[in-house]
Amino acid sequence: MSPLSLNPIFLDLAVLAVGLLLLLLEAFEDEKDKGFVGWISIIGIGTVFALSFFSHPINLSGASQLASFYSADAFAIFYKRIALGATLLVLIMAMEYRPILSRLIPGVDETAGLGEFFALPVFTCLGLMWMASAIDFVMIFVSLELVTISFYVLVSYTRRSAITLEAGVKYLILSALSTGFLVYGITWLFGITNRTNLAEVGEVLRALPADHQTAILFGLALILVALGFKIAAVPFQLWVPDVYQGAPTPITAFLSVGSKAAGFIVLMRVIEPFLSAPVFHDKVLLVLSGMAVLSLIYGNLAAMPQMNMKRLLAYSSIAHAGYLLVALASWSSGQAKPTVSFYLAGYLLMTMLSFLVLVVVNRATGGDDIANFNGLGQRAPLLAFGMLVAMLSLAGVPFTAGFLGKFLVFRDAVATHQWLLLGIGIVTVGAGFYYYLKVVRAMYWNVSNDMTAIPLSRLTKVTIGVLSVLIFVLGVYPRPIFIMFKEPVSLILPF
Amino acid sequence: MLTLLIAIPIVAAIAILLGACPKKTALLSATLNLFITLAALFRYDSSAAGYQFQFSRMLMADWKLSFFVGADGLSLLMLLLTALVTFAAVWVAPRPEKIERWPNLYYACLLFIAAGATGAFASLDLFFLYAFHELALIPTFLLIGLWGSGDRVTAAWKITIYLALGSIILLIGLLGLYVNLPDTARTFNLVELQKLAPGVIPQTSWVYLFLMLGFGILVSIFPFHSWAPSAYASAPAPAAMLHAGVLKKFGLYGLLRVAMPLMPQAAQHWNGLLMLLLCGNILYIGLATIAQKRLDTMLGFSSVMHMGYIFLGLASFNLIGVSGAALLMFAHGLSIAALFAIAGAVRQRTGTLEFSQLGGLAKPLPFLGFTFGLAAFASIGLPGFANFAAELLVFFGAFKRPETLATGLHFFSHPILANYRVVTVIALWGVVISAVYMLRGYRAAFLGETNKRWASLTDVCQCVRVPIVLLLAVLLVAGFRPQYFLNLVTPTVKTFLVTK
Repeated sequence: MSPLSLNPIFLDLAVLAVGLLLLLLEAFEDEKDKGFVGWISIIGIGTVFALSFFSHPINLSGASQLASFYSADAFAIFYKRIALGATLLVLIMAMEYRPILSRLIPGVDETAGLGEFFALPVFTCLGLMWMASAIDFVMIFVSLELVTISFYVLVSYTRRSAITLEAGVKYLILSALSTGFLVYGITWLFGITNRTNLAEVGEVLRALPADHQTAILFGLALILVALGFKIAAVPFQLWVPDVYQGAPTPITAFLSVGSKAAGFIVLMRVIEPFLSAPVFHDKVLLVLSGMAVLSLIYGNLAAMPQMNMKRLLAYSSIAHAGYLLVALASWSSGQAKPTVSFYLAGYLLMTMLSFLVLVVVNRATGGDDIANFNGLGQRAPLLAFGMLVAMLSLAGVPFTAGFLGKFLVFRDAVATHQWLLLGIGIVTVGAGFYYYLKVVRAMYWNVSNDMTAIPLSRLTKVTIGVLSVLIFVLGVYPRPIFIMFKEPVSLILPF
Repeated sequence: MLTLLIAIPIVAAIAILLGACPKKTALLSATLNLFITLAALFRYDSSAAGYQFQFSRMLMADWKLSFFVGADGLSLLMLLLTALVTFAAVWVAPRPEKIERWPNLYYACLLFIAAGATGAFASLDLFFLYAFHELALIPTFLLIGLWGSGDRVTAAWKITIYLALGSIILLIGLLGLYVNLPDTARTFNLVELQKLAPGVIPQTSWVYLFLMLGFGILVSIFPFHSWAPSAYASAPAPAAMLHAGVLKKFGLYGLLRVAMPLMPQAAQHWNGLLMLLLCGNILYIGLATIAQKRLDTMLGFSSVMHMGYIFLGLASFNLIGVSGAALLMFAHGLSIAALFAIAGAVRQRTGTLEFSQLGGLAKPLPFLGFTFGLAAFASIGLPGFANFAAELLVFFGAFKRPETLATGLHFFSHPILANYRVVTVIALWGVVISAVYMLRGYRAAFLGETNKRWASLTDVCQCVRVPIVLLLAVLLVAGFRPQYFLNLVTPTVKTFLVTK
């Protein structure tokens, strides 16, 4: 135990404080250029992210009312870090994205109306951090809604663009629908178990008479629909390509990483009590395997013909949800939680890196197509290198975090004899090589009419460098991540 | 020492990417590696058993995953092959100013392939053994795609996706090996795996099938060979040299190092299938090679065909045959590298490798003509070259094993077909076939009437002759004194044939 140990709840409160501060600054500061709001948000979230490494798991039980709906275990802290890291990178991307943003929002002058674009992700981050800690259906619902509602605004932020508005409407309607499914599912479960705390639900489930099974499964199915929507798994993926393409790119990245990571921790917390009840174990795994098969096939096959980078990454996001679901379907290996968490950490790095490069390329060339990457190897070697690293990691080339993630997923699948999933996994990895290397081909083989160099800000350069190095480090030396899952739980009481 | 071998090309490649003079840096790194390998070879104590020059660093204690390198005679032989071919490939690579674009990336890719191969041959941890090999996939993709000739785009996709699929099948095999072990014995550490008492490693047949097919696809086993000819035909000469000469041997090395020693019973179980496929390599691909109309595709097909002999040596499962297979890996690597180097030099001069357009090239290009003849003879397996000694051992070994096959496939269990002698006799025809296509190719390209277009060609300059002569000289030395190389290999082979 290090001498300075921070209660994880303070991390949430600190993020809340940063968010409120940003809103106040935005409202009461006269300066026209709201760039400084961005800098403050980056510094604020960066500080909390750094502080999160000083906070350790604590056992809240018996301490307060909090313990019944709030967990501060190692995984909660890990997913808080993922949320903070993702938000930090999204804010950095948003700094690069400002010129496009100001072009696409109505306002009296160029720089007006940008402040909220930095404040809202901070509130989303708060929601994601609560999702990481939520162990009660009510808490899950509340934190999920905080995330979703702030995304409603963010997705349709660039409201002069028709495609963004379409994305906004689609996200609004489908997301609201999925929320409806979630609440309805929770109601069914509550009606039968009379509990909302997940651990207590688990106890009731294990002692359940057989005739209630159908109702429980119905409730769970409804909840899985809502969570499947969050993690972008087939068959709840229809919104993904259009929303990813239409939303402002930093927000797309946020949806792709933050929303998926938080969705997975909630999904794991929700299915855990069901998997511990022998009656439901096989049925839940069957559903997860089915979703995994569909996501793998659909995501990878649909990604192959894509010409637009954002749509490619959208389908790739579905495909990676498939790999993650394979790990969940191999739950009996006992390694699912660490595997999924490590995979998501690698996924965060590589997806954020590719979106960051995409933002810069979009600003320089005015488009999101793969053709816009033509000749990038000559125009901006660092950008091209960053994209190369991201694509190799997404495809799963050894010595990258992406490979190690897939390695672990396949290890768990082999250990639990998931032959169907493995067979499909083999084919889809091959397909992945094709569509990720398509981007590499555009960058290095093709030439573009405009071969002028692309200028990069120092912040972007540093971020690309750090992310690329981290991808390689985690690919060879995964220990720092796995240590996080095994931190001892301290008995220091919070209040 | 071995870590240095892996690190030097990587550091050199990064230096080149950052702007160091590509040719000089690459040559320096290749020369250093050659000397270090030779030093290791001389310092290697052949009387002591086991792996020498060990170095390990634990990375993940929970999974017993460590960066672990070490070498025995077999690894050293492969490392020597890698160092020699890398040296030759970097030397014959065109000068940076002659490469139309990205000269630095070109040399960096070559060095990354070399580093991947070196790492794979030196690793004693299955994770790294696998990972280092796949590291070479992307540089190959870039080399073929960016600087290849002909239908380079298709060829680049084909080799990359094929090898990625092969690798993932192999990965599942390796994972199957890992998770099937009892909990306490689970490790990727090859030395610890080999120390396990016989019977601890479950001889699960599906695991071996995955390993065999995974490694096999990387070696272009029939019918998963179609990536190889097109890729080698399109690849720039140094890339083809490195891939056909060195990297492709990784699959065979993997079978010899990992699959067969750890799972001997399962290997016996699937030997029937292996024999069937290797006949495909030798006969079917052999006939396909004869039909080729271009020098580069002919060489590509011939390299697929020769893999059949090596598989035959491995399948024989006795000291003579398996040692012969190991020596043939070395000899074939050198001869195919020399052939691709010469073909590359010819292409540079004529701009085409169609047999119908070539002819009589030995007159304007006497050196290339002469060395191509030597390398072709080596590849056919003429006495005096290492290939002869190796192929002889392979055939003797396979023929010496009279008992019929343990059958993996039931329809292949017919008593006449399922006999090592029958398969050996079938395979012997391969020698005739390879004589036919090599001599045909030689005649079509270098002998006969000289086309007027080629009369003014100039032969390669003195300095480019060095690497080609070096490769052929080593082939000759190994042909006259195969004992020296065999003595390196036999202790390793003996260990796993005993554990059978």
